[in-house]
Amino acid sequence: MIELNLAQALNGALDTALSSDDRVVLLGEDIGRTGGVFRITDGLRDKYGTDRVIDTPVAESAIVGAAFGMAIAGMRPVAELQFLGFSYPAYDQVINHVARIRNRSNHRFTAPLVIRIPYGGGIGAAEHHSESTEAIYAHIPGIKVVVPSTPRDARGLLLAAIEDPDPVVFLEPIRLYRAIKEDIPEIYRVDIGPVRVERSGDDVTLLSWGAMVKETRQAASVLEEDGISVEVIDIRTLTPLDRDGIVASVEKTGRAVVVHEAPLTGGFAGEIAATIQERCLYCLQAPVQRVTGWDTVFPLKRSEGHYLPSVDQITAAARRTLKE
Amino acid sequence: MSSGQIEPDGNPSMFGLVNPDGSVRDRLPITVEDLRGLYADMVEARTFDDKSMAMQRQGRLATYAPFRGQEAAQIGAAAALQDDDWVAGTYRDAALNWRAGYPWRLLVLGRTGDERGGELPNGVNVLPPSITVGGHMIHAVGLAWAEKLQGNSRIALTSFGDGATSEGDFHEAMNFAAVYATPTVFLCQNNGYAISYPTSEQTKSKTIAAKADGYGMPGMRVDGNDVVGVFVAVREAAHRARKGEGPSLIEAVTYRMGPHTTADDPTRYRDEAESRDWEDRDPLLRIRRLLAKAGGWTEEWQEDLETSASQVIEEAVEWAENVPEPTVEQMVDRVFAKRPRSLTQQLNETGDD
Repeated sequence: MIELNLAQALNGALDTALSSDDRVVLLGEDIGRTGGVFRITDGLRDKYGTDRVIDTPVAESAIVGAAFGMAIAGMRPVAELQFLGFSYPAYDQVINHVARIRNRSNHRFTAPLVIRIPYGGGIGAAEHHSESTEAIYAHIPGIKVVVPSTPRDARGLLLAAIEDPDPVVFLEPIRLYRAIKEDIPEIYRVDIGPVRVERSGDDVTLLSWGAMVKETRQAASVLEEDGISVEVIDIRTLTPLDRDGIVASVEKTGRAVVVHEAPLTGGFAGEIAATIQERCLYCLQAPVQRVTGWDTVFPLKRSEGHYLPSVDQITAAARRTLKE
Repeated sequence: MSSGQIEPDGNPSMFGLVNPDGSVRDRLPITVEDLRGLYADMVEARTFDDKSMAMQRQGRLATYAPFRGQEAAQIGAAAALQDDDWVAGTYRDAALNWRAGYPWRLLVLGRTGDERGGELPNGVNVLPPSITVGGHMIHAVGLAWAEKLQGNSRIALTSFGDGATSEGDFHEAMNFAAVYATPTVFLCQNNGYAISYPTSEQTKSKTIAAKADGYGMPGMRVDGNDVVGVFVAVREAAHRARKGEGPSLIEAVTYRMGPHTTADDPTRYRDEAESRDWEDRDPLLRIRRLLAKAGGWTEEWQEDLETSASQVIEEAVEWAENVPEPTVEQMVDRVFAKRPRSLTQQLNETGDD
């Protein structure tokens, strides 16, 4: 057991993967000499050398496309893109090749690679650095989209992603990198797929993932003080989605609030809300609520507070479901 | 290798060994028997191409992209590779892919509209063709890079057209390959047109081979309709790659004698006179002329070749057309290694209707 924050947990998971599997290589911009813009790969180049922790030219499409080729040829590449807002030049590789080679070759060729991408707002960053466009990845068949919110899940899910026979887009919540510490066992895997019940309760289910789990957890504490029993579900794997896990919770509570910082329209909350109404409409005591970012461009620092969903918004949405 | 230097007459230089009239520029580095083999391969490939065009017209194949006129570039390149080298080509590379080990029957199956046509036999390291333009070049960099990092001697060849050199992916792939000295051969089949857009408008670079200079790798311009010239050029590039000397770019200058695809009408953008002019530079014709002079070609042999090629292709077609219809379960089960529960649920819900 060792106490680590989320960034340290990721670094440790990469270290474990590099030391236990010769096929694992890391590649990305600035990941070697500087240890990455968020220092997630800090120290790994010195430990494993420049053939395993590879600084690349500034070319996102080539990073993912080359990692794809490496994966087909038997390696286990872990590519890092610096920010979700910088990932779009590589989107063609993801949607047209990474996600499809198993289908295109009827299983003859596969691409077991991981694409790590820091995402989300809350650090007052420059334009393009605060994106939360997970839904445009979750919409692609053939990849798995994973978003941890805790140090334990960060380690367990990243190791599972590297071992997974299929490609995984691994989104890392920037504002939680150093927010909390947790004890983590060294040998630890978390299955890609199942939701995590963060807190059990009976009156209302709050569902979220990634960075917004923090505000959702805080909202639950506020509601509990008022005697409301809250269940918090950390979705953590967007695709393939654990619909059973979601439905099991809402069948129990009869109320659901989905929270994400991505814009409302086309956001992944819509998928979850649709699942709930399809599978347990008659268990619902109130309409499903969504608490999301705005249908605006993610703002710069001074307006960030206007944009990001707040604890108050989440508690207000939960109370609306309880009034019905 | 040269990067297509400019000759005194103002034209870029071009490597080649066999002229259109069947005369040779230099002593050929292959035997007559090997040349007969390359010729037979080109005849077989053209038979496939003709058959595919006919089948598409009959509604038996989905859209087809013919390679007529480009047989030398494709057969010559593949013949210069080792059996387990990687090949990442385009939708127009059936001859290249076949010569590298992709069975005709699977190429036909793929073109009938069946993903099972992409399931190559083990040991054949040819990626099923990519339909988007240019995205696959970087795959050959990653494939070759992985072989290098794992200490293997396999190399990767990627084939693409003149149009693809305008894609940003061409730049990224060429740059990565050079930076990491990956054992990659970039083969551009410059067939004159990207659908309707002529190469002369595609780039202001004097040649495509010259672009190699900007990446710090050798470039070479070769007569793409000369199967021996292409073979020698690719063999040298492959040899360099295998020795650890990094990537090369080869521009094979050729001509797409047919339409872009079965949905295209080339009379809308080029003169028939131009196409007729290229008929005399047909890659099969010049080798036939050369072999005839050397006593290595007879009418009878030609007939035998065509008969046996037709038979091989007919068998491939018959096999492909008798593959059982694909099921919805097969569609669902090739997305991931293990079917996720979410897809089982979708299958069950849809199946209940």
